[in-house]
Amino acid sequence: MKILTGNDLKTGAVIWWTGVGWSLDVNESADVGEHGAAIIAREEGAQNVFAAYIIDGQKDADGVRPAHIKDRIRALGPTVRPDLTLKPSEPEAVNWVI
Amino acid sequence: MYKYDQYDQQMVDTRVAEFRDQVKRRLAGDLTEDQFRPLRLQNGLYLQLHAYMLRVAVPYGTLNSTQMTMLGDIADKYDRGYGHFTTRQNIQYNWIKLEDTPDILADLASVEMHAIQTSGNCIRNISSDQYAGAAADELIDPRPYAELLRQWSSFHPEFLTLPRKFKIAVIASETDRAAMKLHDIGIRMVRNDAGEIGARFYVGGGMGRTPMIAPVIREFVPLDQLITYSEACLRVYNRYGRRDNKYKARIKILVHELGKEEYTRQVEEEFAHLMSQGIEPPLAELERIKQYFVDPAFETGLSDDLDLTDPDFRLWVERNCQEHKQAGYIIATVSLKPVGGIPGDASADQIRLMAQLAKDYSFDELRVTHAQNIVFPHVKKADLYTLWQKLDEAGLSTANLDTVGDIIACPGLDYCSLANARSIPVAQKISERFGSAEKQAEIGELKLKISGCINACGHHHAGHIGILGVDRKGVENYQLLLGGSEGADTSLGKITGPGFDEDGIVDAVEKATQVYLSNREDGERFLDTYRRIGMDPFKEAIYG
Amino acid sequence: MVDVQFRFRDDEAVNDPAVTVDAFTEQSNASAVRIEPGDDARDLLPHLDRIALVEVNFPAWTDGRGYSSARILREAGFTGEIRAVGDVVIDMLSHLKRCGFDAFAPDKPLNPTDARNAFDRWDNVYQATADGRQPIWALRHPA
Repeated sequence: MKILTGNDLKTGAVIWWTGVGWSLDVNESADVGEHGAAIIAREEGAQNVFAAYIIDGQKDADGVRPAHIKDRIRALGPTVRPDLTLKPSEPEAVNWVI
Repeated sequence: MYKYDQYDQQMVDTRVAEFRDQVKRRLAGDLTEDQFRPLRLQNGLYLQLHAYMLRVAVPYGTLNSTQMTMLGDIADKYDRGYGHFTTRQNIQYNWIKLEDTPDILADLASVEMHAIQTSGNCIRNISSDQYAGAAADELIDPRPYAELLRQWSSFHPEFLTLPRKFKIAVIASETDRAAMKLHDIGIRMVRNDAGEIGARFYVGGGMGRTPMIAPVIREFVPLDQLITYSEACLRVYNRYGRRDNKYKARIKILVHELGKEEYTRQVEEEFAHLMSQGIEPPLAELERIKQYFVDPAFETGLSDDLDLTDPDFRLWVERNCQEHKQAGYIIATVSLKPVGGIPGDASADQIRLMAQLAKDYSFDELRVTHAQNIVFPHVKKADLYTLWQKLDEAGLSTANLDTVGDIIACPGLDYCSLANARSIPVAQKISERFGSAEKQAEIGELKLKISGCINACGHHHAGHIGILGVDRKGVENYQLLLGGSEGADTSLGKITGPGFDEDGIVDAVEKATQVYLSNREDGERFLDTYRRIGMDPFKEAIYG
Repeated sequence: MVDVQFRFRDDEAVNDPAVTVDAFTEQSNASAVRIEPGDDARDLLPHLDRIALVEVNFPAWTDGRGYSSARILREAGFTGEIRAVGDVVIDMLSHLKRCGFDAFAPDKPLNPTDARNAFDRWDNVYQATADGRQPIWALRHPA
């Protein structure tokens, strides 16, 4: 599947396109098919996101898994500081990244 | 250390106002991201993997306790309770919000700090020797010259849109503790035959994709021509540096492609022209700056004795402390590389503690080193044990300076959007493999440096052992290099062969140290043995 | 022909079409010349007395060669108009002026209030350029 990711302009937080808005949770990512570029252009124009780009993803047990390790790290947080990730009470969550 | 006068303060305050206005225009949609990006970069604000990252300048690595305390407070107030000290003597915060940044810059300005030109295609933070003003072997304190250059380079109207970033280092000793020859301009303060102090200019060094050692462009620039000569070097670069290819845009490529002689000729021609333009500050300005760098009020007649009966203290003194120019004093380095820790990271509490200790025991002064450690430059030997005990209580007494445990690592793929591989987990695993004090002592001096991508922010080319993380078909892979050195005997590391996975690279490093231990002759460091026996014995042991 | 949006001169603006540096050195009656980033401003030094206007083009504002070109002309004593054209942006206006530009004709007109703020931003400057402003080091050490 093709999914969109970018950053929140004010906070810099990593966000994922859900089909209707932008979420901090990669598992809410929507498959944008061929429409990625058009959605990015509209959403960046409205300043809902910036530095957005299209990536490959796969459905997995929890939801959506980005194809590249870099985007998995963006999705969760630094593997060397589990306490600073989106799942601070699950230190094993970093295994999902690798 | 330097103190701002009304002009310096006004400049940083003006910069804060300018950036506040730029952020406002960005949030209002009056500036696109393409237009805004170069502006925020010139205020040290990157978009990184998780959020905005702010790089705060620590000019030539020197700061006082008030400033260090502010760095700790910023970590708590605006970030997630810690900061990362970098290989250019700066500090970085990884979880910054754009909307907070003008306030952060205002807080920094209130203690004479800033994030000016810590990124972007401009002249960056000027680095120096972390032992400046304290080292027994320096000719003169290099920092006044660095300060003169800092002011000259700040908001220089001609040089804010260079082909690429520009990094300058200034030292004043034969021992190069700042990797000076691996900078765009490296300056070594020297004395000529007539006994005058002047500057030897090296131009065209760098790491990254194409590492190069800077050649000498001018043996001696008198003190009253420093700015004019620097300006000539920069103008030739601004006019003729390549702008067609981002990876060939540094001055090292220009010097290499023109050849040292032709680049020098062009600089000398421009310099001769600029000498008629009156752009050099009077020597009185240098003298004014030097007043801020006179020795602190050292006590005289102090004993040089140290009670080393405590074995842990003794180990720390042997490893982490250096001879001071003043009898009865010593230079102490705090390692930010605890076993299994993240190199260069410090919590807000640790940062504030170091600030307090500097105030109490080091004439209110600290240094950031390009090896990502912190130095107390002026400690009375009589106070050293107490200082060490307080560091020990806070987990800051790791005795591993310049050993295999003192790893330099860039943030890597855990934090950096340019990275191809994670560097910190590799550093942690190596640190743990070599965690015992005995093992580290046995191996002795070994500078190990890790970069998570070819941009080489971890300076892997200059490591006795260097590791480069690459992306091999979507999987992290690590190359091993041997024989790099950043000192006066600067050399670039050579790759051993095919790369390894994360566990494999740790094994390979261990095998390399075993080859060293089996082959070393009297007093040889790892680097010396490598240079003597060459790559082959290492290759055989590693690849079988 | 793009409008000159800001100008800091008292004389009449020259609106002759600016010729290229190459063409200028061949044409004895041209009085306006345009410098591209790859041109050498010093090619014009023998001819300064017949130039009323130098346009310096910034195809991208991040290509800063035009700043050196302008300074070189001013350092050689050129007192005619130096006009920044092309991708001229608010945030570089004060730096352009310091390098010797006294007229600005951006491709896209700039917000006049933002521009005025930008020109007036810096009360003091660290470096000496040919714009005659006293740098901070001169204020610290009055002759």
